[in-house]
Amino acid sequence: MASNSRKNVALDREDVLKLGFAGNVVEKRVTRKDDEVRPWDLETKFQYVGTRVPRFDGLAKATGRAKYTYDVNLPGMLYARFVRTTVAAGTVKEIDLSKALALPGVKAAEQVWDLKNPVRYAGQAVAVVCCETSEQCDDAVRAVKVQYERKPHVVTVEDAIKDDAPQVGNRKNATEPQIGRNAVDVEEIDAALKTAAATVDVTYRTQVQTHTALETHGTVAHFTKDATGAEKLYVWASTQGTFTVREGLCRALKLEANQVEVISEFVGGGFGAKFGADETAIWAARLSKKTGAPVKLMLTRKEEHLCTGNRPDSVQHVRAGCDKDGNLVAWHVRNWGTGGVVPNAGARNPMIYTPRGMKTRKEEFAVLTNCGPQAAMRAPAHPQGAFANEQVVDELAEKLGMDPIAFRLKNDSYKQRPAQYELGKKLIGWERRNPKGGDGPLAGTGARKRGLGVAAATWGVNGGADGTAVAIVISPDGTVEVRNGCQDIGTGTRTLLGLTAGEALGCPKEKIRVRLGHTTDPFGPASGGSVTGPTLSAAGVEAGHAAKLAFLRKLGPKLGVEASSLDVVAGKVTSKDGKSWSWDDACRQLGVESVEITHTRGENFDAGFQGTVGGVQLAEVEVDTETGFVRVIKVVAIQDAGTVINRLTFESQVLGGVIQGISYALYENRWMDRRSGFMLNPNIESYKIAGAADMPEIVTVAFDLANGLNSAGVSGLGEPTVIPTAPAIANAIANATGVRVRELPMTPDRVLAALAAAKGGAK
Amino acid sequence: MKRFEFVEASSLAQAAKLAAQPNGAVRAGGIDLMDLQKEHLAEPDRVISIRRVPGAAEIREEGGALVIGPLVTLAQLASHPVALAKWKAVAVAAGEAASPQVRNQATVIGNLLQRPRCWYFRNELLQCARKGGPDCLSQEGENRYHAIFENKDCAIVHASNVSPAAMLFDGSVKTVKADGSRREIPLAKLFVKPEVDITKEHVLEAGEVVEALVLPAKAGGDHSSFLAAREKSAFDWPLFSLAVRLEMSGNVVKAAQIVFGAAAPTPLRREKAEAALVGKAIDEATARAAAALCFEDATPMTQNGYKVAMGTALTARAILAAV
Ligand SMILES: Cc1cc2nc3c(=O)[nH]c(=O)nc-3n(C[C@H](O)[C@H](O)[C@H](O)COP(=O)(O)OP(=O)(O)OC[C@H]3O[C@@H](n4cnc5c(N)ncnc54)[C@H](O)[C@@H]3O)c2cc1C
Repeated sequence: MASNSRKNVALDREDVLKLGFAGNVVEKRVTRKDDEVRPWDLETKFQYVGTRVPRFDGLAKATGRAKYTYDVNLPGMLYARFVRTTVAAGTVKEIDLSKALALPGVKAAEQVWDLKNPVRYAGQAVAVVCCETSEQCDDAVRAVKVQYERKPHVVTVEDAIKDDAPQVGNRKNATEPQIGRNAVDVEEIDAALKTAAATVDVTYRTQVQTHTALETHGTVAHFTKDATGAEKLYVWASTQGTFTVREGLCRALKLEANQVEVISEFVGGGFGAKFGADETAIWAARLSKKTGAPVKLMLTRKEEHLCTGNRPDSVQHVRAGCDKDGNLVAWHVRNWGTGGVVPNAGARNPMIYTPRGMKTRKEEFAVLTNCGPQAAMRAPAHPQGAFANEQVVDELAEKLGMDPIAFRLKNDSYKQRPAQYELGKKLIGWERRNPKGGDGPLAGTGARKRGLGVAAATWGVNGGADGTAVAIVISPDGTVEVRNGCQDIGTGTRTLLGLTAGEALGCPKEKIRVRLGHTTDPFGPASGGSVTGPTLSAAGVEAGHAAKLAFLRKLGPKLGVEASSLDVVAGKVTSKDGKSWSWDDACRQLGVESVEITHTRGENFDAGFQGTVGGVQLAEVEVDTETGFVRVIKVVAIQDAGTVINRLTFESQVLGGVIQGISYALYENRWMDRRSGFMLNPNIESYKIAGAADMPEIVTVAFDLANGLNSAGVSGLGEPTVIPTAPAIANAIANATGVRVRELPMTPDRVLAALAAAKGGAK
Repeated sequence: MKRFEFVEASSLAQAAKLAAQPNGAVRAGGIDLMDLQKEHLAEPDRVISIRRVPGAAEIREEGGALVIGPLVTLAQLASHPVALAKWKAVAVAAGEAASPQVRNQATVIGNLLQRPRCWYFRNELLQCARKGGPDCLSQEGENRYHAIFENKDCAIVHASNVSPAAMLFDGSVKTVKADGSRREIPLAKLFVKPEVDITKEHVLEAGEVVEALVLPAKAGGDHSSFLAAREKSAFDWPLFSLAVRLEMSGNVVKAAQIVFGAAAPTPLRREKAEAALVGKAIDEATARAAAALCFEDATPMTQNGYKVAMGTALTARAILAAV
């Protein structure tokens, strides 16, 4: 048995955990202090973890009682709006605020731009206005006169890597290639490919996707001074990181942490683009300080598309080969992508197929263009890379006449994948798959052809202690308040924290109240890298357990029972001698005293069952081969995520991933105009996002397992399910038609072009 | 948007008078007008709402014709049993536009008169030919959503779902002008081609208000067809659309009308194909042959050639569906 111990802790007890999943159970020893919770594993009996619990805030959200930053309106509040560059490259010669300042209702207008800076894209903030109404802001923005000197710009990767391309930054547009780990040289790849039984040499392309969260970036700031002259800044922010916003504002306004309180009770999504004190936070705060009034600065939908982040595009050239049994022998990828004015754009081609002996080489070029900056977006780099990788393995399997799942399993060491594929095959009806692309009973003989496809993804388990703590207050009326200062960006964090703490405490779940999103509460993580679940759920379990012990210590004397003989089981307090008290009766014994604890989350364990999460998705599509339209009929998504705390929010996350994946596969695209350098579709009308009517049947399956990586065994789920959807759909298109679409989004024009090219080739 | 005065007219004649004053605009459902105002493509000083005009939301059958008032919504028309029975393509076209929310607010007349969706036109900062600029920016730009016919001067596609279907019935609009005079304009004369006047899409004068869309009954109206191809199933304008009406005598075509919607700057009759269908029985082969004829004069641009293949398939399907 492997030893599994926690670092730097006085060790005084050892438990044997049963980890893994049915058919693959392992035992691991874990040592811990006597008063610590027994980490959750396969043998843990739950009261409500793993059931279907409606979100605690579901009703508040559905009825509009939940107030997002956008909904915050304070007495005497002013509105602010940015003025943005209308050239893609050049310099700002002059910014004239005088006309704006003369307009009625305008309280302030500030230059936010340093004239020494070059303009790098259309949409950079140069000034900000602050007015009594939002409508006055519209007028004031137009009254600010900005003089530019234009310079040539470049907005596509293809143009930017040309020798005579205008230079976007201070150096060449394309970075030197970043070479991936364990890369062999090109000659070795060539040699391995020579021995291969099947090879491909293909180029895949993906588009720029903008985050387009439902709630735009924005902040309401209120800078106050009390009677003693003490300054305090209250900030409502649409953010993925309450504490990172506080930290950024402290720096920008030279305030101490105790002088800034950030509030984010409800956040309308972020997808990775809402970390830290952004320009809305800093300028709302500065303008509030200047005007003495609260200031609301929400971005418009147009600004949201132009300047708040996006997923870089990619051009991925892949050469790969396998032996006659389907073992991969070589994989060489060169990729280019643009993060706009940010030199960070790699598709990274995260490979999940890395059999021993395979020669690999990755070369990644980040290309600067005069476009809005990229930002982390749900599983950064992975959807791009998977779109190529997961099709390349299909292409190789096809050449060998091998089933693509059998091919994948040859090259994939992920423990639960075989079982996941078995389940997936059953749920999609894999036996119906056309034996040859475009040819089979499922494809049929008509214009509309159906096919099946598959893809997989693996993702890391992140999150840890990092100072995260949870406060719990048990009141004499029986209510249990659970508090952490981090935010719920829509993933169900509030419910997750309440359930994990409540489960460990043992109280009835109706008694749990959760408060999130106030930086006056204990520290919590920023929501990125799928860390919030693993971080907070473990903190919740440990804090719930600590609260239970504290509660029983106080209760014992009042009940005249040894605290050590008491326990809380399924909503009741019980004693070893068989007595029991209802939760409410027991709490009443506290009199006027509450039980309050704050518990700091322990470290992760050294090694659990597995440091990764994974899943597979299978898609059925119908392709209209005359019009080029692709309709997704069904997606089966099987995903492991460690302990599933709440099946409803698990499903919601997986559905969300698949929906965003479908949208990425078939619809979304940022279109740039090469001549003007403008984004042509900064709206949600021609920036097309899948809607309700475009949705297939989506079947989600939680692949339950215990990972033992932290006290709750939760692994995080926000990102991985967005990765395999587009390649599963692409593979299904190939199975339906016999033709591969190697560019996202797979719109009718591209499907028709691929079909026409195949026909041309056959002549 | 620019500040404006909001006025509610009590009659259409009054609305016409008010709208004729400099910088007035009539507002029906307001869906397109609002978009235009937000982007400063329309900057009316006075917006005249016709929402309170009595009786304006009625659909009537009058002397065998369908008469659609200026406040009739797309949703209302789409579910109107008489329209569905005798003017089928029109009701279907209305029901396939936009999204349920938009259809509940948008009027049929407003739909005919909406301005183009071209993304160069819709961007305030870009001066395209339609807005007085020197050239059509789509010609060497991003033109995947643009016209494949009559697209040399300006490559917008006609945006309305309803108009190609309404043209199958030789429809017309009845209008009232500021001076109280009235006229009737056949749809075939309502829309303006770029070569005639690149800055406007219809011939209505300033302040001229449409009182009704009139659709005479026609043989074959009960199985007339409308098809639109949209990237998304809702909340999206078509990549291509068309309407077809066939008058049959037994299984042979007596007369045919084929009108393309989102293919050219104005709705486009396809007379050559219509003539080719007359006297023929409709089967897959005749439908496909006629469809191919419809695209003989197509002039696709750099990125929208796919619309020819897509449109040909849809045209054949619409012909088969109209039998
Ligand atoms: C997301 C989205 C998707 C859409 N998809 C489609 C689609 O697929 N197909 C489609 O056809 N349309 C589509 N539309 C367009 C929509 O149907 C039209 O904007 C709507 O029908 C306009 O009607 P309205 O009553 O709101 O017009 P308004 O905005 O009130 O008016 C439009 C124009 O007509 C003028 N006008 C209105 N009524 C009169 C009158 N009685 N006399 C004189 N002038 C008048 C106004 O002055 C204005 O210039 C879509 C719209 C949206 C927002």
